[in-house]
Amino acid sequence: MRVSLFVPCFVDQLTPRVGVATAEVLTRLGHEVEFREAQTCCGQPSFNSGQWDVARPAAVRALEVFRGAEAVVGPSGSCVAMMRVFYPQLLEGTPHEAEARDLASRTFEFSEFLVKRLGVEDVGARFPRKVTYHDGCHALRELRLKEEPRRLLRAVKGLELIESEEGESCCGFGGLFSAKFPMISTAMAQVKGGALVRTGAEFIVSSDPSCLLQIGGWISREGKVARPLHIAEVLACRD
Amino acid sequence: MSDPRSIFLKDATVTSADGTQRAFIRKALGGYYVNRDLQKARYRDWERARDAAALAKWNAVNDLAVVLEQFTANFERNGGVVHWARDAAEARAIILGIAEKAKAKAIVKSKCMTSEEIHLNDALEKAGYGVVESDLGEFIQQLRGEAPYHFVFPCMHVKREAISELFTRHLGTPPTDSPEELTMIARRHLRQLYVDADIGITGANFLVAETGQISITENEGNARLTAALPRIHIALSGIEKVVASLDDLSVLLPMLATAGAGQPMTCYNTLYSGPRREDEPDGPEEFHLVLLDNARTRLLADPEQRDALHCIRCGACLNVCPIFKNIGGLAYGTTYQGPIGSVITPHLRGLKQWNHLSGASSLCGACTDACPVRIDLHHHLLHNRRNAAKESPTWFDRAFHHGFSFVIKRPWLFAAGGRIFRATLPLLRKLPLPYMGAWMKTRDLPEAPARSFREQWRHDHA
Amino acid sequence: MPDARSDIFARIREALKVKAPRPHLKGEPVAGMTSTVAKPWLPDGGETTEASLTILAEQLARLKAVLIRVPDQSSAVKAIAELSVAKQWKKVAYHGHASTRPVAAGLGCETWEVDAGFDKQKLESCDAGLTTCEAIVAQLGAILVSSTGSGGRALSILPHAHVVLAEVTQVVPDLGSALALARARHGDRMPSMLSFITGPSRTGDIERILVLGAHGPKELYLVLVG
Repeated sequence: MRVSLFVPCFVDQLTPRVGVATAEVLTRLGHEVEFREAQTCCGQPSFNSGQWDVARPAAVRALEVFRGAEAVVGPSGSCVAMMRVFYPQLLEGTPHEAEARDLASRTFEFSEFLVKRLGVEDVGARFPRKVTYHDGCHALRELRLKEEPRRLLRAVKGLELIESEEGESCCGFGGLFSAKFPMISTAMAQVKGGALVRTGAEFIVSSDPSCLLQIGGWISREGKVARPLHIAEVLACRD
Repeated sequence: MSDPRSIFLKDATVTSADGTQRAFIRKALGGYYVNRDLQKARYRDWERARDAAALAKWNAVNDLAVVLEQFTANFERNGGVVHWARDAAEARAIILGIAEKAKAKAIVKSKCMTSEEIHLNDALEKAGYGVVESDLGEFIQQLRGEAPYHFVFPCMHVKREAISELFTRHLGTPPTDSPEELTMIARRHLRQLYVDADIGITGANFLVAETGQISITENEGNARLTAALPRIHIALSGIEKVVASLDDLSVLLPMLATAGAGQPMTCYNTLYSGPRREDEPDGPEEFHLVLLDNARTRLLADPEQRDALHCIRCGACLNVCPIFKNIGGLAYGTTYQGPIGSVITPHLRGLKQWNHLSGASSLCGACTDACPVRIDLHHHLLHNRRNAAKESPTWFDRAFHHGFSFVIKRPWLFAAGGRIFRATLPLLRKLPLPYMGAWMKTRDLPEAPARSFREQWRHDHA
Repeated sequence: MPDARSDIFARIREALKVKAPRPHLKGEPVAGMTSTVAKPWLPDGGETTEASLTILAEQLARLKAVLIRVPDQSSAVKAIAELSVAKQWKKVAYHGHASTRPVAAGLGCETWEVDAGFDKQKLESCDAGLTTCEAIVAQLGAILVSSTGSGGRALSILPHAHVVLAEVTQVVPDLGSALALARARHGDRMPSMLSFITGPSRTGDIERILVLGAHGPKELYLVLVG
């Protein structure tokens, strides 16, 4: 299958290795991977801030960028939820509504794409470490993905998956929320980050790089030992 | 610094930093989670039961004129008196009028958030009536001179030592650290008050159109006593509490208890259809119902968020909300706390003044999943943000997002901007920039990579 | 100025001119009586009497209510008499009914029929209230009492303990059945109060720790005959 990568803007600039790992796993599975360089940001920051009129052109741009792509795959539940769930709402009643629905039907979160679309669980990865998994809220509640990433992780050779307390709690990122209400956001990071750290896992894995930015940022500041890691990075690891 | 937003920011900053209090709230809710899951497991299909509950409320709310008319006709036929109040002031005036006419002295109240909404106690006290809250949590909050912390668990933030001290001060009872003994102190104190009160004021959880009954849900029995012993019973309810049929309660009552308190049913679910009948040994001589609009019709006029009127005030959305659990109920500064409060308060009290509550959410959606009547809570927070940006935009937000939009529409500028951002990140970290500065106070940003993804891709695929 | 009622109705009619979308449901919307539609989704109340009685016993135990099963009326009289001795009840108020009068007569303490009216203060000082009920809901362990059939509003809430005397035949599987029964029995002339009692009075207001007997009865006994 020809897969078009949807790389979140902050992954592009801050954690490009997540995009690289995503491409690597898909290529390894025999798919042709493309990256359309005209893509930038999906417009979620403006959408979530209520600036729908500003977000709309960003959405329309994305429709153009990914026009004709067989499958659009993004390593972020949040950005994929923006395209899948919110573009059709944002563009409702505009001439772009139908195309937004069409793009929504072709867009997948990375773990979802592997498990649900491709039917793959074992990607031939090996990662003999203790990890815990954090569900990003958009993946969990907008895309209803819970088992998919876990199935992938359980199939990784040598990997030990430990579930945390506060399993379905939010890490407190929430995009600009984390900067507009930093004190609440940090309290949430303490609760969720604390629970994840208490599992004793060496790595905190998630399918959402934005959550990892938040949890990783808090862990780094607090001097904890666990390290954030995107699920694509785990699946890209081999012997 | 006295606008709601500034007060919220100040209060929430203090409370969210109080790790001890946060842990206390989490511990208090621990038992709720266990019991809720236990009871939910007894449902053969909880999700479909939510469908049924949501539809029962949806049908009634979307046919409100008809069901409300039917309800009031039946209520009056049963011997009750209906009063209509467009706003809080009218509702207070009606209740004061009834009290005056009855030459009442003492008033006992059972838990009623609608009365908090209209600040009824203040009005009654100013008019010289003795008013006592009989729900244990409300009684404690009344003695503390504090608003309820949670609209179902009013004093869940208060430690037993503080309650003991409060009772010693106000009731002269010896100190104790036993919740049981503290409860018995309140029980003994309040029992005489029911007997002596002239008027009992309650809320209503449901108004049943088919039969003209009002349904009251409680655990302690204080509402039962409030509606049994005084000679006048006044119930205060929002107009949206009406459901079409008695049968709807077969779903709504158990779900209210399970979602709200982790119980199969609360202890007392009582239907009142009128004052004492001639063939009954007791009950009030008069039964009044005050039906309140107070901007509910404004919410009704918004079809997108009309489902917020489905709310049965179970409190489930508060119990799962990470914002509520971290900032606590008082920081909201509203009658209704938590996600539902953040959704409806802008409608009830003004979007411009209260939109910050919709902003203060990571949009995690735990509330929407918990809601037994399927209110699309977290998406409504997005809708409020959108409406506020349209109605009363701030120049900073507009400039920020237009600037951002200008960049992301131009991939070359986005790439160039990204390059500059990465190159100057060590310097930027030190500057008091908006947003980034706030982030950096408590969290680190990763080191900037040498190449962006697009640079790396071009490099690898050249 | 129009009165508040017409004003509010005008606002409602105006607001409802625009239709609201149906809520996002998990399944297809089903038309019909809520209880019938939702029955297979709600907690089980038992398909047979035996099954219902088993569920009822479990529910009552979890609620910390006491279920006393007796084969016949005379054993009920005996069981309640023993209870009053064990609990050292000195004053018991009761709802006058063919089934409760022999029980009252069998108690070795002061008894008092409240149906003709009563002094609130005196009722408050009673150790126990004895009533009949309208129905018992197995699904939830709830007992339906009424102001006409259970000695008014206060008898089942004011005394320290509440004893309900009922027949096995009064057990219905679920809440929907109990509501339908009340509707059929009372029609357009409902008792001024119908109350589902689900366990003894309780509160969790102090640190969310369960305490029984917040304002209503601390103890609840269901004596089931048959």
